[in-house]
Amino acid sequence: MTLRCIAGIETPDQGRIILNERILYDSHQGINVPIRDRKVGFVFQNYALFPHLTVAQNIAYGLRKLPRNAINRRVGEQLAQMKLTGLGDRYPNQLSGGQQQRVALARALAPEPDILLLDEPFSALDTHLRNELEKQLIQTLSRYMGLAIFVSHNLEEAYRVTQKLMVLDHGQVVAAGDKQAIFDRPNTLTVAQLTGCKNYSRIQPINRHTLRALDWDCTLQTTEVVTAAHTHIGIRAHQITFVDPREPSPPNTFPAWVVWTSETPHRMTVYLKLGEPPLDTEDYHLQAEVFKEKWVRLKDRPMPWSIALNPDRLMLLHA
Amino acid sequence: MIWSPLLLSLQVTLVASLLISILGLSIGVFLARKKFPGQIVISTLLNLPLVLPPSVMGYFLLLVLGRGSPIKEWFGIDILFTWQAAALASTVVALPLMVESTRAAIANVNPELEAAARTLGSTEWEVLRQITLPTAYRGILAGFGLSVARGLGEFGATLMVAGSIPGRTQTLPLAIYDAVQMQRYGLANVMVLIMTAIAFGVLWWVRHLEARHPQSKPRSSPGKHPDETERRSSEAVAPLYPRRELYR
Repeated sequence: MTLRCIAGIETPDQGRIILNERILYDSHQGINVPIRDRKVGFVFQNYALFPHLTVAQNIAYGLRKLPRNAINRRVGEQLAQMKLTGLGDRYPNQLSGGQQQRVALARALAPEPDILLLDEPFSALDTHLRNELEKQLIQTLSRYMGLAIFVSHNLEEAYRVTQKLMVLDHGQVVAAGDKQAIFDRPNTLTVAQLTGCKNYSRIQPINRHTLRALDWDCTLQTTEVVTAAHTHIGIRAHQITFVDPREPSPPNTFPAWVVWTSETPHRMTVYLKLGEPPLDTEDYHLQAEVFKEKWVRLKDRPMPWSIALNPDRLMLLHA
Repeated sequence: MIWSPLLLSLQVTLVASLLISILGLSIGVFLARKKFPGQIVISTLLNLPLVLPPSVMGYFLLLVLGRGSPIKEWFGIDILFTWQAAALASTVVALPLMVESTRAAIANVNPELEAAARTLGSTEWEVLRQITLPTAYRGILAGFGLSVARGLGEFGATLMVAGSIPGRTQTLPLAIYDAVQMQRYGLANVMVLIMTAIAFGVLWWVRHLEARHPQSKPRSSPGKHPDETERRSSEAVAPLYPRRELYR
């Protein structure tokens, strides 16, 4: 929706859209630049290639005002860059999904727009193809001089493709800035969940560096200062550490029972219950992720295990 | 005896087709694109000729064209009982088919295509001419075919506004009625055969148009696909182009 407003496909109720100091929309001043004059490139979720035009004609569509030989040159360049050479005379329905997507990208880039808007361009593709096209897109974007906005529901995908992130929840900006900072310090529960944080608990502050994790039934030390605004605490599944009981225990070490494990090709997800043995497989507090090699060494240790929630890794969150 | 009604029918249908294509296309585009209060009323009125008895349509046309009507009294145009009136009757009766088909075909065009064209610098007129109409043209042509066939077979309203004057307003359907009245079955048979053949031909063409929908066209050279590893996710592409619903 945000992209559609920037492109002018949808008209917002109110507000302002400014692109490189050019006012595209301003509800107060009554400015609403028509789509055709906004110089935006838009890659639609389902590509929206013109079915009655060939690949070359699709790419040339935004170049109609140029002289013929300039059009031909640019179309040729785009075809070569997108590895579509030789497919210029095909119709869109004669192409594979990946090829269609590259045509859509070429068509959007050909007129050299000020901004490139990508609306979940990979959502219609299967996983293998997604990875291929993601690489291709990263390369293409590195050549592109303008601004590009990439919308995705997959934050890891967004992390790989972009430099800066902005997280929107129900139309509100909940986080914006450097992508690493957002993953390291999500600050709100929504962002933590969106960035793939599996473990979170409601909290009751005790003092500046101590709190009670209500859902995990334990008391935790934190490096960050606990304030009244914090409502939750979280820790990423791969940052839970397994402590050798013979060694001195670090802060926030608790006895834990394995409730359930689930296997992925290279990793184990271990569901843990703190403090006492679990009642059933749904009765767990935390999910920890460990590599298989480590799991082989861990799995024969006697219960309960000792696990540590490193105070540096605990993320204090607002609601 | 048979040439006169046949030629007259063709002449009437030709003029009616012209009117149908201009009026039907513009009304269809307008109804598909613009939302305005009272739209349902207008659409319903436009569809009335489909269900009203031709005599009722003919009567309305008499009111519009006949004595006391603005067209006759103010502009002095009197086309009652001429072949032009027959053409007008054909147009009015056949128009809804064209309007509805055009409207449906245009409404079925994926709005993303039009949005894409706009982001690529197209004016609304260019979008219509270069994207919307070319994508919808099969549905529009099919509707045109149906309208022409319907207009060619127009009988009741034509009889009321143009009469059945041999050599002047007697089109094929009227001539068939006449021939049967006068028990000239040989002549009637020939004309019935001609009418049926033309109608069959047009409907066959319409079916053909629908079957060769551009999105259902098979991919060419399926064996030598240069990029076979990239499977097409057909679920994601197909729902954008629902089958045309022409005969609702």
